[in-house]
Amino acid sequence: MPKAMLINEMKLELESRSINESFARATVAAFCSQLDPSLEELSDIKTAVSEAVTNAIVHGYAEKTGKVYITARIYADGMFEVAVKDKGCGIPDIAKAREPLFTTGGADRAGLGFAVMESFTDKLNVRSAVGKGTTVTMRKKITGKSGG
Amino acid sequence: MATELYTANNAVTVRLEGELDHHAAGPLRDRIDEAIMKARPDVLTLDFGNVSFMDSSAVGLVMGRFKLLSAMKGKLEVVGLSPTAYRMMELSGLKTLAKLEMKPRGN
Ligand SMILES: Nc1ncnc2c1ncn2[C@@H]1O[C@H](COP(=O)(O)OP(=O)(O)O)[C@@H](O)[C@H]1O
Ligand SMILES: [Mg+2]
Repeated sequence: MPKAMLINEMKLELESRSINESFARATVAAFCSQLDPSLEELSDIKTAVSEAVTNAIVHGYAEKTGKVYITARIYADGMFEVAVKDKGCGIPDIAKAREPLFTTGGADRAGLGFAVMESFTDKLNVRSAVGKGTTVTMRKKITGKSGG
Repeated sequence: MATELYTANNAVTVRLEGELDHHAAGPLRDRIDEAIMKARPDVLTLDFGNVSFMDSSAVGLVMGRFKLLSAMKGKLEVVGLSPTAYRMMELSGLKTLAKLEMKPRGN
């Protein structure tokens, strides 16, 4: 299916500090508000973005700080797209990393981030190269107040 | 997170408040674990009723407390969950290990 016309776009660049997690999800949600989403859709977007940004900070830049790059796009058909990119360590086995409960993060990680991103959006795409970084792209059709 | 924590009758209750993400989870974990180590409670209750946002970091927080607690034979109760929060907790398999309770409808 060809993509509908792009009607708006925003980019956000953040230091990989955990205090920025709430700023990132709130900002993306505010941008998404242009599509007049239902409360539930907005909460799904916030949660999915929080997962992706946390992963960039916790895993991507585990041993250092770096930049997290967020791009959000609004399409004419109501599709909302958000990409979260880091230039961190990368993921050696993406399929394994996406399995529910898989984590390299120790006792206090649930290993559910990718599972949550998957179930709270319509489409999740993960691109990664070891030593280069990771880009997570999520898409969700916003049907709005009437739909939810 | 202006979380309240109190101990009574071998029970520790934690009233979680606000946004519970990875940033908030770290300091919170330290406070809860301190209370657990001090009281060695029979029951730990984590009340999510006033949590306005959570992601899987909150599930990690709960799983970690479960492990600590079960090592000293304590029980875990997680209450006041929104339907979404309940679904996230379920994904982790916590349902068979702890008591999970949703908040009454209309809240
Ligand atoms: N941006 C990233 N950079 C490097 N590794 C990542 C990244 N995102 C996820 N991972 C890997 O995928 C695993 C699973 O991620 P996730 O499902 O979010 O669970 P958790 O964050 O609880 O470990 C992580 O433990 C980590 O090994
Ligand atoms: Mg994660």
